[in-house]
Parts: sequence; structure tokens; C-alpha cells
Amino acid sequence: MGEVKLVGTWVSPYTYRIKWALKLKGIAFDYIEEDLCNKSALLLQYNPIHKKVPVFFHGGKPICESMVIIEYIEEIWPHNPLLPTDPYERAMLRFWIKYAEDKGPSMWMVGEGQHKAEQNSLEMLKIIEEKALGDKKFFGGDNISMLDIVLGLGHWLGGEKLLEAHKLHRLHVWLKNFKQVPVIKEDLPDLDAMLAYLRRQREMSPATH
Amino acid sequence: MADEDVVLLDFWPSPFGMRVRIALAEKEIKYEYKEEDLRNKSDLLLKMNPIHKKIPVLIHNGKPVCESLVHVQYIDEIWPHKSPLLPTDPYQRAIARFWGDFVDKKIYGLESRKVWSTKGEEQEAAKKEFIECLKLLEGELGNKAYFGGENLGYVDVVLVPFYSWFYAYEKCGNFSIETECPKLIAWAKRCMEKDSVSKSLPDQDKIYDYVLHLKKVFGIE
Repeated sequence: MGEVKLVGTWVSPYTYRIKWALKLKGIAFDYIEEDLCNKSALLLQYNPIHKKVPVFFHGGKPICESMVIIEYIEEIWPHNPLLPTDPYERAMLRFWIKYAEDKGPSMWMVGEGQHKAEQNSLEMLKIIEEKALGDKKFFGGDNISMLDIVLGLGHWLGGEKLLEAHKLHRLHVWLKNFKQVPVIKEDLPDLDAMLAYLRRQREMSPATH
Repeated sequence: MADEDVVLLDFWPSPFGMRVRIALAEKEIKYEYKEEDLRNKSDLLLKMNPIHKKIPVLIHNGKPVCESLVHVQYIDEIWPHKSPLLPTDPYQRAIARFWGDFVDKKIYGLESRKVWSTKGEEQEAAKKEFIECLKLLEGELGNKAYFGGENLGYVDVVLVPFYSWFYAYEKCGNFSIETECPKLIAWAKRCMEKDSVSKSLPDQDKIYDYVLHLKKVFGIE
């Protein structure tokens, strides 16, 4: 059906989302590491609007924005589904993904904003644990969904201690299970580098990616 | 589908609410519209959207759906046979979703609000960015009648509610969007020829009055 390519950067959680989604579906792809200090002509040509990674190519056609890419991947390769088939369940998952994306970046704040950001994150995690996870193993039920991937990369960066300390037992168990999934386990990101990257991004602009 | 129970909790000037109204009208779905007083939110709203306590909320057979981009996709998936909003081709769907995301980030985002809520240099910078984003959208529209091609599509539904706010932006920012982006205004007027759009958007003068009211409430000159 066409060659699959991903242009990204090893420190970006948004790139990781795509890598994990492709690996979970067993899709072979070429990965091209982008130097963000020296953006390539390829990136500027294929993402002229936002000039950001990741950029995904299928049969030479580019797609930008990580959630748009993941929805596309889900439609082209529906096996090992990352979204429920029921439209209502799907709407609920998309709601939680937006919630996680909107609330998530506050975790990367440093300095004065940090305490308030931590409080907000804690509140967010409590809501997610109660309303989105409940007693399920993963947010997708028995299997990983897009929401597990988004949260897996968003909120456990340094968050395990947070989860334990604040008695978010179900999230703690979820995180342990998530990190045991073979595709995830064999390709865990460098958390410190990722956190530093996100903080730099946040300082540079209020946009999320 | 005669036994479908569809309720929309909404607030008349909300462009997010307008998106849902248009989508439901395009699909010819009968629904009950409930106007919310945002200073005195109903128990139903608080129960149906406890996380954000915001409108619009679409309640379908008793189950709530929140977030307007989620609404438009949900409505399209539940009632796929009439007026499909997203294309069938996955790549075209990705393009539509990309532009829907762009509209949310750049047109409805916090920066664009500065066009009416600030003055001086800050306002000029906001106006410039706002026009640049509208021009990018004009580029995407190209020579098509609608973003969806020959008929209204996802991006049209996501963007056109904002047209009802343009007059307020122009008055507050002292500029003409039509001069800068004539193709986009032509597109908006074309959309307004459709009942599903014209009956879902409030009068531009009413929105301007609402913006003046907001400025007073927030102490903005």
C-alpha cells in the first residue's frame, strides 16, 4: 500500500506516540531523526503550517499533528485496534484524550507555576483514575488504546512517586502494566531528556506541540 | 430512528454550540434545544458534564457527549447516511481533521481573542496573526465551493460559526476581514445560503452586542 516513514525526534512524546502505535500494529516503517536546531528542508516542505515533528508519510503523502496521524493509522490498519468500535465509546475516548492534552502541558511548568501546576495535575489524575480508568486494566479495557499511549507519555514522567505518594493505586498498577507491554518495554524513552525538551518547548511557546 | 432522544445544552453565542446545531441540521435530526444561563448552570448540565461544566453538551438517548469536535465526529458516525461530513478516503479525512485542529488552535484559540480584548501593539499583533491564519485557510479552500468540496464538510462546520463573530472582530479591531480575505467571506456567505447554517448562527449585531457586554464585564475598554 505504500512506504511508511516517520520524521520525528527521540525526545518528543508526540513522536513516541506514533512509534508505539505503529509498533503495536506491527507496521514496518522508516524512522528519520530530525535535528530541531537545524530543521531540514523535508520538514519545512511537508509541515509548512506548524514546522514541527512528527510528520508521517504513507506512500509519499504527508500527515501532521500526532492525533490526526494516529486516527489515520487506525483507519488504514484497523487490526489491534486503538479505538473502540462503538461510536459512543469512541466519543468518550476522544473526550479523554482532549482532556489529557489540554491539562497535560501544565505538568511541564517550572518555577513559581510549579506548585499550582502540580495541584492541577493531581486533580486531573484523580479524575482520570476515577472516571476514565475505573477498574479496568488499561483505559482501553484488556488492551491498550490511544488514551493509554497519550497518558503513558504524558503523566508518568517522574510521576510514579507522585502516584504512590497520593494513593492513586489504580493508576500506579496501570502504569506498571503499561510498562510491561512488550512494544512499550523494549522502547522506553529517556525520561529526563524528554522532560527537559518539553520544558524548553513550553518556555518557547504556549502551544502544545 | 423515530425513537432517538437528542438534547442539546447550549448557549446562543457559542460557536462550539453552533457547530453542533449545524451538524444536527445537516443530518435532519430532530432535537430539543435547551438554552443554559452560564451564570446559573442547570443541574442537568452539571450532571452531564461534571468535568468541565461547559456547553455544548449533546445528550443522546440519555448519554452525554462533550467537546464540539468530538460531537461533530460522533454525529457523523451515528447518522452516516445523510450529508456525510468527513470524506470516505482516510487520507482526505486526515487532511480534514488537520484543518479542524488548526481552526481550534489558531482561530478559536486564546491569541485570537486578543483582537477584541486588547488595544495598541498587542491588538495589532493579534490582528496580523489572525489574518495570516485566515489566509492559510483560504489557501486550503482554493477554488472549491466548500472545504468539503461540493457540499458542506467537517471543516466547513467547524469554521463557519466563527463568521457570526467576524463583525464584532472588525468593529473592535477596526479592520475589514473581507478586504483581507475576500475568498473566505465569499465562502462564508455561500454557507449562509444553507438553512442548516443560517438557522444555526445568531445575527452578527447580536454577537457584537454580546462582545461589548463581555468587555464591560471584564473591564476592557
